[in-house]
Amino acid sequence: MFRYIVKRLLQLIPILIGITFLSFAMMRLAGGDAVTYMYENAGVSVSQEIIDEAKAKYGLDKPFLVQYATWFAGMITGDMGESYVSHRDVYETFVSKLPATILLTLTSITLTVLIAIPLGILSAVKQNKWVDYLIRFLSFIGNSMPNFFVALVLIYFLSIKLGWLPVITNKNVAQSLVLPTLTLTISMAAKYTRQVRATVLEELSKDYVTGARARGVRGKVIIWKSVMKSSMLTIITLLALSAGSLLGGTTIVETIFMWDGVGKMAVDAIMMRDYPIIQAYVAWMAVIYVLVNLVTDIIYHYLDPRVRLGGDGA
Amino acid sequence: MSEERQITIRRQKIKKNHTKGKLIFFASLAAILILIAIFAEYICPYDPYAQDLMNAQKAPSMEHWLGTDRYGRDMLSRIIIGSTTSIFSTLLLVAIVTVVGTAIGIVCGWSGGKLDTVLMRISDLFLAFPGLVFALAVAGVLGGGIHNAIIALAVIGWPKFARLARGLTMAQKEETYLMAARLSGSSTLKLLIKHILPNIAGPILVTAVLDIGTMMMELAGLSFLGLGVKPPMAEWGSMINEGRNLLQVSPWMALAPGMAIFVTVMVFNLLGDTLRDYMDPKQRSK
Repeated sequence: MFRYIVKRLLQLIPILIGITFLSFAMMRLAGGDAVTYMYENAGVSVSQEIIDEAKAKYGLDKPFLVQYATWFAGMITGDMGESYVSHRDVYETFVSKLPATILLTLTSITLTVLIAIPLGILSAVKQNKWVDYLIRFLSFIGNSMPNFFVALVLIYFLSIKLGWLPVITNKNVAQSLVLPTLTLTISMAAKYTRQVRATVLEELSKDYVTGARARGVRGKVIIWKSVMKSSMLTIITLLALSAGSLLGGTTIVETIFMWDGVGKMAVDAIMMRDYPIIQAYVAWMAVIYVLVNLVTDIIYHYLDPRVRLGGDGA
Repeated sequence: MSEERQITIRRQKIKKNHTKGKLIFFASLAAILILIAIFAEYICPYDPYAQDLMNAQKAPSMEHWLGTDRYGRDMLSRIIIGSTTSIFSTLLLVAIVTVVGTAIGIVCGWSGGKLDTVLMRISDLFLAFPGLVFALAVAGVLGGGIHNAIIALAVIGWPKFARLARGLTMAQKEETYLMAARLSGSSTLKLLIKHILPNIAGPILVTAVLDIGTMMMELAGLSFLGLGVKPPMAEWGSMINEGRNLLQVSPWMALAPGMAIFVTVMVFNLLGDTLRDYMDPKQRSK
């Protein structure tokens, strides 16, 4: 087990270097004129000397690899320069906005679990009955709607027509959390209900279930004692993976609901061409995503004896 | 015993015919959407770009079935003309990703060795990014515009197809028919295009069709954020964006193009699901 984790951590190094390098290179390619943009944003035209001076200040005059090394060292130590627009510290800005995004991610995943797992199991157990068709129909609809459309439909019905919830509020965190959470949950729950259903169906078709049935074990006992146990593995993996992609997927929803997280920060930064912020966002999100996937793999590895025993040597 | 088997075979045939019927039905629906996108200009009841401020933000009526936007432009006409951009840019994107990904995958699977290792490490790198984050950054760096949005999504889309094609190619490599073709003196290029490609095309096609819906939603998402199509050009994602601040007064402005995306994505998803069932009956009922 320990050896496995060490091995995985070592494999992580080239990927981390790769993704940070890619984020850095991308922004540098575009951000060559960042200084010029900065002055354009400020609305002043300046001489070449001042531009050169500013480039030197931000370290843009050094060779590419030196710039990358400096930036990478800064990324680890929490010094990622300052925003071109607000002139605030990039790393601090990112860290201060991260909790809001994590909160939204956690509430959405919790709600998704509470909806998708029972519905998926119900759908699988009642395969080809009307309940199954209804659940599949609803999940299909949820799957075909982009989340920004879901958000607007929710705002229209819950806020405007019924007046239950304010669209945007800063006063009450719980209230302002409802709509973005619902939006993200609808899309995710639709996807995971289908996957839970498929997983449970696959388990149900296995020989041990037939065997248990033949021995007269009651249906409910089979489902809860055996099928759930083996299905949980797949379901946990799926959910953990979605936590990673959700971190990036909240961007649009955060923008719609003015949720002050990293996603909205990134979109604002893109509009303003605030490269250091975009760079920090891309690099850190990729790192978090890779780490979440790694943790998932380790949990999976730990939970599944087949993988544990078979995979250690390989 | 043999009678039982015959019944099973007959049942399978009936099921296959049933799937075939569904496939034809959904393919026709998709064809209708594509035809609308091709002949959009001729179908529009009004000029989609003509402003008529006297009739701005009118609710749906007999005259304007889906109402008008804040410049008095007919919503139905804008949705129809928007289908050209929305549908064709999505199809173009899926085509690029499929062709590039498949080509890379076949070459990797066939040649193996260093080339394979390098290209697969690169694809790992792209798969390591959370998709939309990377697309946002690329679109942000390149600036708005539909072309850049397509490039952004293509950059993150190809590895999926490369992986798939690589795996399938490696499985085909072991088949005896390939050995025979090789022994009879076929060139490598001929082997790849004439023998391997047709044999792995099925699963790739299914994946591509299933990808259309997702890609359409992501492309519309970028436009919605203002990183794709720019107004006044009509496109569904950016139309929803235009309408979202007026949701209280004229909800049809955002809801109508939203429904257009919803219906189109649903048609292509149903087509993809049915195609998968048709190609691989074992997967059915999942």
